[in-house]
Amino acid sequence: MTGGKMVGVDVGGTFTDVFILDEATGKASVAKVPTTRPDQSAGFLSGLSQETDDLSGIAVVVHGTTAGTNALLERKGARTGVITTQGLGDVLEMRRRDRPRTWGLRGDFEPVVPRNLRLEVPERTLADGTVRTPVDLNAVRDAARTLLSDGCEAVAILFANAYANPENEERAVAAVREIWPNAHVSSSAEILPEIREFERFSTTALNAYLQPEVGGYLNRLETALKGSGFDGEFMIVQSSGGVMGVETACERPVRTALSGPAAGVIAAGFIAEAAGYSDVITGDVGGTSFDVALIAGGQSMLSPQTSIDFGMVIRTPMIEIATIGAGGGSIAWVDKGGLLNIGPESAGSDPGPVAYDRGNDRPTVTDANVVLGRIDPDSPIGGSLERLNVEAAAHAIDAHVGSPLGLDTYQAAEAILRVANSRMAGALRLVSIERGFDPKKFAFMPFGGGGALHAGAMLAEVGIGRAIVPRYPGVTSAMGCVISDMRQDFVQTINRMADQVDEVALGALMQKHHDDGMAVLDAARSGFERREALFDLDMAYIGQTHTVAVPLRVRIEGARVTPPTRAEIAAAFDDAYHAAYGRLLKDGVRRVMNLRSAVIGRRRKFDLLTLAPTTSGAATAALKSTRQVHFGDKWHETRIYSRLSLPAGALIEGPAILEQPDATILIEPDLVGSVDTFGNVIIEART
Amino acid sequence: MTEIDPITLAVLAGRMEQIADEMDATLFRSAFNPIIAEAHDASHGLYHATTGDTLVQGKSGLPIFVGVMAFAVKAVIEKAAENGDLADGDIYIFNDAHMGGTHLSDMRLVRPYFRDGQLFCYLASVGHWHDVGGAVPGNYNPVATDAFQEAFILPPVRIVRAGEVQTDIIDILMRNTRLPQSAQGDLNGQLGALDLGVKRLDELLDSYGAETIRSALDALGHRAEALMRSELEALPDGRWEAEDFLDNDGITDAPLPIKVALEIEGDRMMLDFDGTAPVTAGPVNIALPTAVATAYVAIKHIFPVLPANAGVMRPIEVRVPEGSLLAAEFPAPVGGYTETILRMIDVIFSAFAQVSPERAVANAYGTINALSIAGKRANGAPWVMFSFYGGGHGGSVESDGLNHGNAPISTATIPPLEILEAAYPVMFRQWALRPDSAGPGQHRGGLGAIYEIELLEEQAEAFLFGERGRYAPRGIAGGGDADLNVFTYEQSDGWHTPPFTSKMRGMKLARGQSVRLETPGGGGYGPPGDRDAAAVARDVALGYLTPQHADVVYGTAWQEIAR
Repeated sequence: MTGGKMVGVDVGGTFTDVFILDEATGKASVAKVPTTRPDQSAGFLSGLSQETDDLSGIAVVVHGTTAGTNALLERKGARTGVITTQGLGDVLEMRRRDRPRTWGLRGDFEPVVPRNLRLEVPERTLADGTVRTPVDLNAVRDAARTLLSDGCEAVAILFANAYANPENEERAVAAVREIWPNAHVSSSAEILPEIREFERFSTTALNAYLQPEVGGYLNRLETALKGSGFDGEFMIVQSSGGVMGVETACERPVRTALSGPAAGVIAAGFIAEAAGYSDVITGDVGGTSFDVALIAGGQSMLSPQTSIDFGMVIRTPMIEIATIGAGGGSIAWVDKGGLLNIGPESAGSDPGPVAYDRGNDRPTVTDANVVLGRIDPDSPIGGSLERLNVEAAAHAIDAHVGSPLGLDTYQAAEAILRVANSRMAGALRLVSIERGFDPKKFAFMPFGGGGALHAGAMLAEVGIGRAIVPRYPGVTSAMGCVISDMRQDFVQTINRMADQVDEVALGALMQKHHDDGMAVLDAARSGFERREALFDLDMAYIGQTHTVAVPLRVRIEGARVTPPTRAEIAAAFDDAYHAAYGRLLKDGVRRVMNLRSAVIGRRRKFDLLTLAPTTSGAATAALKSTRQVHFGDKWHETRIYSRLSLPAGALIEGPAILEQPDATILIEPDLVGSVDTFGNVIIEART
Repeated sequence: MTEIDPITLAVLAGRMEQIADEMDATLFRSAFNPIIAEAHDASHGLYHATTGDTLVQGKSGLPIFVGVMAFAVKAVIEKAAENGDLADGDIYIFNDAHMGGTHLSDMRLVRPYFRDGQLFCYLASVGHWHDVGGAVPGNYNPVATDAFQEAFILPPVRIVRAGEVQTDIIDILMRNTRLPQSAQGDLNGQLGALDLGVKRLDELLDSYGAETIRSALDALGHRAEALMRSELEALPDGRWEAEDFLDNDGITDAPLPIKVALEIEGDRMMLDFDGTAPVTAGPVNIALPTAVATAYVAIKHIFPVLPANAGVMRPIEVRVPEGSLLAAEFPAPVGGYTETILRMIDVIFSAFAQVSPERAVANAYGTINALSIAGKRANGAPWVMFSFYGGGHGGSVESDGLNHGNAPISTATIPPLEILEAAYPVMFRQWALRPDSAGPGQHRGGLGAIYEIELLEEQAEAFLFGERGRYAPRGIAGGGDADLNVFTYEQSDGWHTPPFTSKMRGMKLARGQSVRLETPGGGGYGPPGDRDAAAVARDVALGYLTPQHADVVYGTAWQEIAR
């Protein structure tokens, strides 16, 4: 794969971003087009064709998609049935006995598979893997036929303790696949052979629910790409930040739940590392939310599961992204006690802020930025609007914030930003504290179109030393698609005391994960710079239910995996536990819960210098104009620069605003921005 | 006192709440025992220097601790005054439930925070330790007749004196728990959380000044009070009563009334529990701090947007009669406090529903059903499976109640059955929603659950501490009551019900025999006759309702639609 073009496409709620890297010339280009609905493939193709007429020159297209997330949030998946163990048909609906909100006791829950489509069959496996009741295959076939006649397009087979012994479930799955008219049959032991039935059943049922929808979308997209002459490889970003082939994505769509945001974090880590910062907190200001992720020592954090919505649990490795409801569209309001609040209600991107003139009349964070001159009303980001309505935004701020609090328009707008910034800063602090890190030691990397408007505030509020604004903050996720590695994750529950682990069986399991993963890499048409297999054990002391991830150092010679000995496992646990908690338990008994394996094909990273500014000379050449911008309690004559025309080494004293087609960067009066060799803008306190 | 501008106040409100949230996060991350680490049975906050009132409390801690923590701080303030030498760097520790509320498993650490040599406020941390001695591992003793049988009792003592850790105290603590490793881990986590709180407060006071923060804390209390008063002002004046019953105390089989009179006058409210049963021999008593804190929990469920500070409670008077089981004196047993406070919340909801049904929620299932099954394995190793079980939530003006939720006083989740089956010699024959268990109504209650658990070892004993076996969760605004809690166990001659209905100890089971819990649903909201026939038909189609039961409680109109 040399000489071709690599293309990353991120389809977001509002815009479809395209990032194209020509490996032959080293030249990168970006495009941003409106996302089309309901079929996102039209926007996808129009974005591609903006930058290249000839799709045959494209070696690989990598796609970050929200198709799965949206289908889950909007409950637009397929009609799905469940076949499950006698007596346990309600697991999906009973969840883990939680509730939507701590306070209020209101709200109910409907699982994606209603109770009448969850059919029980005689079968039972015990926790030690013993088959107590062999599966009744006639009952399974009857159940499948009933579900089909009820109009189900997809089915999930969910048997208790299938992680310990999948025999019953495998036989049922085989019987169903003989009858089922399509490929949409999901098995819990195939999807997630891990203990905890609710999490396994939920992940598997949601996979089934998504298969027809996401599979259909990806197939349409692939067909359209091929119809336009594309002959390269089509890959999809997983929530883990790794990519997978489109066939795998169609089988395991549940792995795409956080596809787009994950790619953004991957790119952020890559850019920051190149710039010399391996500890970074990323912040993406979207329409309704502020998404924060932490990268420590160059590694983004993976969390084992997430809830897409109440009761919709997905357990696959995901880049850990914390979200608070304070985005550009979040609404500012004053409560009965006279306190100013931001969100959680949001105008989103449609109708959007008051300044968009599309029917919302309550002020948002973006409206405050517009009224204070921080966003240029005459050239809104993305280009779909002609002009922003500053007067309407000011009026809304007066009516809903200014007059109840006795503030003038600009004081009220500053107040909205202060409260919003304070909430965003809180998210930065909490995401680091929860992981045991001090946020002051991190750099902040805003991305998305509006993140860099709030960077200075994060320095002031959190005490962070510097912010790094990447050269193309608006297309970070699309860029991430191009640099993500190919990755397959596997899990298998072991559940043995560490001193009773069967080393041979563990070795066979690791070998199988290794071989299955490598086979997927072999089948890919991409070349890889190198391949690696990583093995972790989830372990704990007896009496604890929360495990620590214990990385194993494993010898792989040729393709032979040498498993660790019991003593090596115990030592590795001690190291990992000590690192996490600073001490060991004297007589604690160690237990191995799960094996987690990842097989990764590292793709060649492109040189970020290809994106660096080609201009040289003085920063003044990039000066576009000046305008009045409000900071603190007064207006400042503020220089406006064209960001992409700034040469490397340029030094911009605040107050200044750097504009580019998809983002606005604010440098406040006491800050200074410098352009590094990659074209990143580093914002720091003026010394 | 300086007047503080509303924007700085909004910012500071968030900053201070976050200090408590970060303390929560620190303990959750570092605690050893899963009750804290996973079920988040812990809480942190900032408390007033002289009154101990809650100034700020974290969002992620257990609901019942919102309100009860202030009493822990008050107990320490009194003790420190008695000692007369409170110093910067002191940390008090205790678990005495008659002083600090809830039960003896909750270890409370209270640390004065000094600024420029002056006491500024208190920081406190509470967490549920896995074991603190007593007759039963895990401290849930259903037949305790005094506190000494429940756990080791520690009054407020200094575990740290002016920065010096008192290892003597730690030695005493660690000798009085069956799980010293776990206790040491949790203690370190709580000390760490307090350290972080001090560091964050230092930073906050450095950047804003002590005077501004003090003003902000005052202003937040006043605003919370103003919010509460404006809510009450909007409600009609009057007096409303509600009464409900605990089945029994586990010692004597007689119902125990829990009664409330709710009075609203202008912008004030009074909750008077006169008419409630006297102190009992068995462990369904609660200490006065727990009773007051429970009123707070109920109020916060009714007005969920109110902030978690003491200002909210200023317009509310809670009257608890002396000698009642809601004001038990030391050493009356309080281990079963969960059942009693759930019933208090139920009667407050039922009374409030008469004032403003649309603001209220019908009763939830109202019992935690603490079930333990214990025995020895073939190799002689003892095992105890202990868990709480779920039930339905009440209907509201918005929607039907939630199926299989957790108790209103908690946010804890239930372990997966696969985890239980992997750890103990049991098999769940059934883990299902319980048809017909919901209270009928325009918006019905959520469904309770059926758990049937078979023993796979030679023999074992079962213990249950539950309620609602005789008095069902109530509907509101014309909604119907839910089904009762039903516990049965299997013997060689068939299925049996225990004499105390939902409380039982030492029931012997043999291999292949089962115990079966059928938990209550939630009460209904609004008259069942107002329920949309299509919704009834749907409930029948989904099996939430049997056709026979649907006919009885809703009439037969649904059959038209089903056809």
